Amino acid sequence: MFDTKDIIETISMIREECLDIRTITMGISLYDCQSEDPARLCSRIYDRIMSRAENLVKTGEDIEKKYGIPIINKRVSVTPIALMAGGLSADDAVKVAKTLDRAAHELGINFIGGFSALVQKGFTNGSKAVIDAIPQALAETERVCSSVNVASTKAGINMDAVALMGRVIRRTADITAERDAIGCAKLVVFANVPEDNPFMAGAFHGIGEPETVINVGVSGPGVVASAIRRKGDCNLTEVAETIKRTAFKITRVGQLVAKEASERLGVPFGIVDLSLAPTPAVGDSVAYILESMGLEKCGCHGTTAALAMLNDAVKKGGVMASSHVGGLSGAFIPVSEDAGMIEAARCGALSLEKLEAMTAVCSVGLDMIAIPGDTPAEVISGIIADEISIGVVNTKTTAVRLIPAGKVGDMVSFGGLLGEAPVIPVSKYSPAGFIGRGGRIPAPLQSLKN
Amino acid sequence: MKAVVSVIGRDSVGIIAKVSAGCADFGANILDISQTVLDEYFTMIMIVDIEKLNRPFNEFVDYMSARGKADDLDIHVMHEDIFNSMHRI
Repeated sequence: MFDTKDIIETISMIREECLDIRTITMGISLYDCQSEDPARLCSRIYDRIMSRAENLVKTGEDIEKKYGIPIINKRVSVTPIALMAGGLSADDAVKVAKTLDRAAHELGINFIGGFSALVQKGFTNGSKAVIDAIPQALAETERVCSSVNVASTKAGINMDAVALMGRVIRRTADITAERDAIGCAKLVVFANVPEDNPFMAGAFHGIGEPETVINVGVSGPGVVASAIRRKGDCNLTEVAETIKRTAFKITRVGQLVAKEASERLGVPFGIVDLSLAPTPAVGDSVAYILESMGLEKCGCHGTTAALAMLNDAVKKGGVMASSHVGGLSGAFIPVSEDAGMIEAARCGALSLEKLEAMTAVCSVGLDMIAIPGDTPAEVISGIIADEISIGVVNTKTTAVRLIPAGKVGDMVSFGGLLGEAPVIPVSKYSPAGFIGRGGRIPAPLQSLKN
Repeated sequence: MKAVVSVIGRDSVGIIAKVSAGCADFGANILDISQTVLDEYFTMIMIVDIEKLNRPFNEFVDYMSARGKADDLDIHVMHEDIFNSMHRI
């Protein structure tokens, strides 16, 4: 029989500490939807997504009810559209994005990812078409997410792509300026992008994935913060132990949901992504975890060390709880999506430089950060280059999702899980000469492991 | 298969009777009950056998939740597997 204490612990994790399954993401291969005719390509893509993901939302809701745990998002990721867009113009690629958006609305899913290109070594015709289409595609769709991988430890950094993505983010911000540059919240630039990530905006269905797959992303920063607070006055070894135990429990629920979704949908189970993903809700914050360890404010000296320990303990606890761990798996630090990060950025405790240092020891990167609306494209490219080089040299995923909007000190708001963020300053000195050189930064020595 | 029925709310006469009546109506056999009253707040955990439910489990979840709301009680029914997963290796 069950221990009453365990039952109450599970119930209070869900009801009071915001434990949820952040997303069930179905990956769908589009390879055999290829067509030279853009209209035919769009209709094949639409039919494929609609038939494969037909029961995704209903299944998610049924599992939610069975276990009494909220499943916040149901999402779809597809083959990077750049691989399908060899013969397309940018205008045709926008039509594909609109097709994805239409399918997302029809299915009732929250986001669809995969308007993506992988250009770490160079551009294909398809990747050029997709990247050129990104600003308009994101301005004219609601649920489509886009990502571009510009570097890897194996390939080095494609600086032409870094320069181009600075201009793409600039253009996306300009044409969605009246909506607080919302287009940029759906666009992420990666190094070492994982191909099975269930989280947006970076999800796509990678080239080594099966026809269809179910990936699940867990959450639960509130549960970890509460467990540390309950532990009270103890040393950091005990804090790490507490985080591990909690991460294990959270991930076990993710594994349960992933297994059940996979069985019900008749689709193979891919991975559980054991990331700590915050939401703007009070109590669901990664910054609060760091503060519960004894930091006065997230961003003060000591933050990077606290985050490094948190990230490591989450992985150690989570990895035993799931048969397959993948995706991004670590602590996320998206500024606008985390109540504690928003407050720390607003009061000046958290700067862009500190956030960059933090990304060296945790999952993802400079995420959902509002920078001044008049930031030049070269400066955006400079920020991307810095962040991407951290990923390349350290053989890890890093990413950049910047939102140029408003003036320093303004609050920009994106709604829902995307939250709101104070605009923080960037360096006023220009990297234009460096960015303008183009070419490729060679792969680091770490890439030569064979 | 079993499910856990949790009931939280202000204490009043007949809470167990109402919850038990709901279980009986759906064919859920009560295996164990534990309850406490703390500062006028009533907390009950009930383990029920759901092998012989006469309607789908989801309907049982919805019914108990609605039944709770009518009496200002927070009633949740959760399948046992979530507790097994979280607390047993």
